[in-house]
Amino acid sequence: MDFLKFDSDKCSLCGICVKKCPFGALSIESNTIVLNEKCRMCRLCIRNCPEKAIHFEQQINSVDKNVWRNFLIFAEQERGDIHPVVFELLGEARKMAAKVGYQVRCVIIGGTGTSENARKLLEYGADKVYVYEHPGFETFRADCYSDAVSDCIASVKPSSVLIGATSLGRSLAPRLSTRFHTGLTADCTTLDIKANTDMIQIRPAFGGNIMAQIAITHSRPQFATVRYRVMDPAAKVPHPTSEVIRCPVSEDMVRSKIGVVSVNILEKKKTLEEEEIIVAVGRGAGNEAGAAICRELAEALGGQLAYTRPMVENGFGDTAHQIGLSGRTVRPKLIITCGVSGAIQFTSCMTGAEYIVAINNDPNAQIFKCANYCIVHDLYEIVPRLTSLVKNRKEGNDHGISL
Amino acid sequence: MKIIVCMKQVPAGTKVEIDPETGSMKRMSEEARTNPYDLFALESALQLKEQLSGTVSVLTMGPPQAEEMMRDAYAMGADEATILSDRKFAGADVLATSYTLSQGIQMLGGADLIICGKQTTDGDTAQVGPAIAEHLDIPHAAWVSEILDADEHSIRVRQNLASVSQIIEIPYPCLITVDKDICVPRLPSYRLMCRTKERPVKTFGFKDMPDQNLSRYGLIGSPTSVEKMFAPPETEKQVYFDGSSQEKANALMNILISKRIL
Repeated sequence: MDFLKFDSDKCSLCGICVKKCPFGALSIESNTIVLNEKCRMCRLCIRNCPEKAIHFEQQINSVDKNVWRNFLIFAEQERGDIHPVVFELLGEARKMAAKVGYQVRCVIIGGTGTSENARKLLEYGADKVYVYEHPGFETFRADCYSDAVSDCIASVKPSSVLIGATSLGRSLAPRLSTRFHTGLTADCTTLDIKANTDMIQIRPAFGGNIMAQIAITHSRPQFATVRYRVMDPAAKVPHPTSEVIRCPVSEDMVRSKIGVVSVNILEKKKTLEEEEIIVAVGRGAGNEAGAAICRELAEALGGQLAYTRPMVENGFGDTAHQIGLSGRTVRPKLIITCGVSGAIQFTSCMTGAEYIVAINNDPNAQIFKCANYCIVHDLYEIVPRLTSLVKNRKEGNDHGISL
Repeated sequence: MKIIVCMKQVPAGTKVEIDPETGSMKRMSEEARTNPYDLFALESALQLKEQLSGTVSVLTMGPPQAEEMMRDAYAMGADEATILSDRKFAGADVLATSYTLSQGIQMLGGADLIICGKQTTDGDTAQVGPAIAEHLDIPHAAWVSEILDADEHSIRVRQNLASVSQIIEIPYPCLITVDKDICVPRLPSYRLMCRTKERPVKTFGFKDMPDQNLSRYGLIGSPTSVEKMFAPPETEKQVYFDGSSQEKANALMNILISKRIL
C-alpha cells in the first residue's frame, strides 16, 4: 500500500527528505525518490519538503483487510493514571476480538511513569502494549501525540482503533483518521463486529432522537470513539503473559509548533451541566433540614445537588445550581428529584437524563409523568435510607476491586 | 491578519419522523438556525479583528439556504462570506466534510487563523475542526476557553482538557475550536445589515475546488456509511416501587446497581 506519493514534476531532488527521514526509509535512485519498507509514516518528509512535492495518499477501496488486523486502543492518561474509559474500551475490544480471533493491543503515550501505567493494562487483557515515553509527551499537544500514534498504527496496522471520547480523545481521533484517510465514528454507544471484521457502530444521530448504524467497509483502520461509562469495563486477567514494548521516540516526534506555556491540573469539580448524577431538591423538602439530607445523598452518590426555582428564590443555592428555564439544562445519567412537583419549566430542562427517579409523597405530582422510577413516599424517610445504602456499597467497593 | 470562521446551519428542532415500516428517517424538521457554538467562533474572530485589524471570512458547506446565516454574519461584522454548495458535496462524513472545507480554505487563499465552534448541535461529534487542521497540515487546539493574547505571528490560548487547563501558544497558520461562553456573541446590527444588503454571498461548487478528484468529496469520499437508522429503544415503562420505605430504597438501589450507575 502506498502511503506517500512523490510528485516528480515538483521534486527538485534536493535530498532534504532523505536526510530528514529518521528511519532511513528514503533514497534517491536514478533521479527519483524511492521509499522502502522502513517508512513509519511519521510524515516528516512531507513537512520538510521545500517544494511540497510529497503527499499522503491511501487509495479508497484498495484496502486488504487481511493486512490490517487486531484492535489498537489508545490508552489515555489522566492525572498520572490510566483514564478509566480505557478499561471499558479494553472490555469491549476483547469481546469483539474473541469473535474474529484478533488480539487487543494498546498504545500509550506520555512522560515519565508511562511504562508503569502500561503494565496496568496487561492485567486487563491487553495482548501487547506499545509505549512511547518521553518528557516531551508530558503535556498533550495534538501534533506530537498524533505523530506518535500514527507511528504505532503504521507499524502494527490495526483493523480498528478505539479511542475514549474525552476532550483529549476527540482532539486526537479526527487528526488520526484524517491522516489515514479513513472513517471515524464518534460517540458510539454500541459496538460489535462482523465476521468480515467490519465493526458495527451504533450512535445516536440528530440529538438522540434516532440511532444510526454505521460501517466502514472499504478502508482501514476503522476509528471509533466511545464515551466514558457507556461500556462495561474489562475483567482482570489472572496471569497476564503479555508484554510491554518500548517504542523509540525520535526528537522529531516530540518537536511541536505548539508551545506549552503553563499547565494547571484542575481539581475535580464539575458544573451542573457536566454532572452525571444530580439530586434535585424542590419545595417538598421544605426547609434547610430537607435540603441537607438531599445534599448528603448527592455527596454519597458522587454527584451534585440542584434546586428548583422556588428553592433558589427562597435562598437555597444560585442559578448555576438551578434546573429549569431560568437556570440550567441538564442531561445527566441519573437524576433523583426529591419533593419536586414537576412544573414544565423544570421538567423540560431535565428530561434528557437517562434515568429519572422521582420521590414525592403526592401521587398526583406532575413529576411522576416523566419519571422512570417512581417512589410515592415521604422523602424524609426514603432519602436517608438510600444514602446509607449508597455509602455501604461504596465502602465495600473501596476494599474490593471496583474495576 | 486573515481569519476564517467555519460555520454550519443546523436543524432548529430535533424532531425526526421515522417511517415505521422501513425504520428509516422520513423527514427532519425543516427549520434551520446557525449552530449556536459557531456564534462564539465568529464573535472571537470579530474581537481579534478589532484588536489587530484584518479580515474575517465566514465559510460554510451546505445548501444555498445557508445565505440567511451568512447575512447574519455580515450583520455581525464579517467581511466576506462563502458557501460551498454542490450536490457532489452531499452525504459527506467527517473526512469528506473536513476535506471540502479545507479545499474551500485553500481556494480562499488560506488564513492565518481558522476558528470553529467546538461542535455542532446536530452531529455533536466535535471532529470536523481538528480534521480540517490535519488536511491543511497545521497545528490545532480544541476546546479553547479563553484567548489570552494574539499578535501578528501567534495566538496564546487557554485550552480545557477536562482534567487539565493548559495555556499554549501556537504560531499561524493554525486552527482553534472555541468552547461556548468564551465570549458573548453580539447581536446582528441593523445598521450593518442595511450596509451589507448589497454585499454578495459567494457560492462555489465542485468545479471551483483546487482538487478536482471527485472521489474525495461527498458520499463517495466518505469512508463511513450509514447502514440503517432506527428509533431508539422505547424508554422503559414506568416502575412504581411498593412496600415500606426500606423496601423502596432497596429496590431503587438494585436498579442503580444493575444500570451500572453505582
